[in-house]
Amino acid sequence: MPDPLRGSARLLVADDNKVNRLLLQRSLELQGHAVECAANGRVALEMLRQGSYDLMLLDMEMPEMDGFQVLEQLTNDKALRDLPVIVTSSLEGIAHVVRCIELGAEDYLTKPVNAVLLKARIGASLEKKRLRDQQKELVRRFATSEVAQDLQQSGFALQGRHVDATVMFCDIRGFTSLVESQPPEETIELLNTYYTLMFDAINGRGGVVNQMIGDGLMAIFGAPLPLERHAEAAALAALDMIEMIELLAVERKSAGRAPIRIGIGIGTGNLVAGYTGTQQRATYTCIGDTVNVAARLEQHTKEVARAILVDAATRAELGGAFAIEPLGAVELRGKSAAVEVFALDRGG
Amino acid sequence: MTMADAPPIDNAMFIELQESAGADFVAELVDTFLEEAPRMLAELRATATTGRPDAFRRAAHSLKSNANTFGATKLGTLARDLELNGVPVGGGDAELDALAREYERVRARLQELRRA
Repeated sequence: MPDPLRGSARLLVADDNKVNRLLLQRSLELQGHAVECAANGRVALEMLRQGSYDLMLLDMEMPEMDGFQVLEQLTNDKALRDLPVIVTSSLEGIAHVVRCIELGAEDYLTKPVNAVLLKARIGASLEKKRLRDQQKELVRRFATSEVAQDLQQSGFALQGRHVDATVMFCDIRGFTSLVESQPPEETIELLNTYYTLMFDAINGRGGVVNQMIGDGLMAIFGAPLPLERHAEAAALAALDMIEMIELLAVERKSAGRAPIRIGIGIGTGNLVAGYTGTQQRATYTCIGDTVNVAARLEQHTKEVARAILVDAATRAELGGAFAIEPLGAVELRGKSAAVEVFALDRGG
Repeated sequence: MTMADAPPIDNAMFIELQESAGADFVAELVDTFLEEAPRMLAELRATATTGRPDAFRRAAHSLKSNANTFGATKLGTLARDLELNGVPVGGGDAELDALAREYERVRARLQELRRA
């Protein structure tokens, strides 16, 4: 059995030559991997589509479907695109190596394959795959499936770009005293419930949660993918969130627990959005005045005892379906000029 | 020493193969090669005369690859020439005869080593 903790993996060897196949299988099994074999490219593709493999060792010169054709097919297959492929070949000439790499092969080993080199290359490929999987998982957790897919297709560009979007901050009121008044297990359970509900509401309106710190979260509407009427989407998400928290409060009350309340701040405008971090660990974030305003508005909800506060740019985008109350110009920390603040609630 | 006098199997390479894959396994691998190789030689003969250059090249490639695995250096070189240059001018009878003779030397030596 493959044991990921011991660096063991499920591998597929594709080679038409029986001696090569047996020897490669043997070397890999001695290294602790679980190995299956295919005698040509067509069979290899069938096995890849039916089973689940961590890595493929691919010979180039094969009847029926050769290694180049297999690499081309993999590139065009969403489910198999990320499978690491190490080419093992005795084809002559650097041009073949270049073509393999261009077609997406991870590495190229010349036959007869040296066992030590084989082990090192497989280790490196599996580690790269692990990091990619981790990154994918990170994106999956933080984004809707559409966004995650888009990011995977476009790759991870670490540069920012200007976007018009809406930013939301949200946290639980009086969370610190809540934590002190209940067992830690209950707090974790509460946080998990809270995040599940908030993610649901935000993703349901096309937003992306990109940061979670303690009981606080940050969400973006309109980036990384454009979203029509992003301010309205954020406002609707905020109302959904309040409604869900009210339902949770009822549930908690019947279980004899204190209700929770949340505060939400929303700002709209131009901001710089992009990945920050490294290729191995990146997070999607937004930077700009709009982000500061949204964060400050969320803080300000405590002082004015309102659940949702929005800025003027957000307010300007909202139709008649909302109850909007102007609270006048407010001095927010970190802002030199006063900001027009509006309290948002469900309409009539 | 000329090429013809060189031992058919490079001992150091064969021992290295045994050490990395295990002697018992290599004995089985030799058996597999000795089963497969006559088919490759026959394929070379057949495709040299029927105008199937791709099949000829692939058979030569396969034989080269396996020869190199066992340290059959000269067999590997002869097969490589056929892989890179294709069917020799004149149909390749002389070249394929030389290849068959070298294979016989390799086979005999591998059978000795296999029993050792």
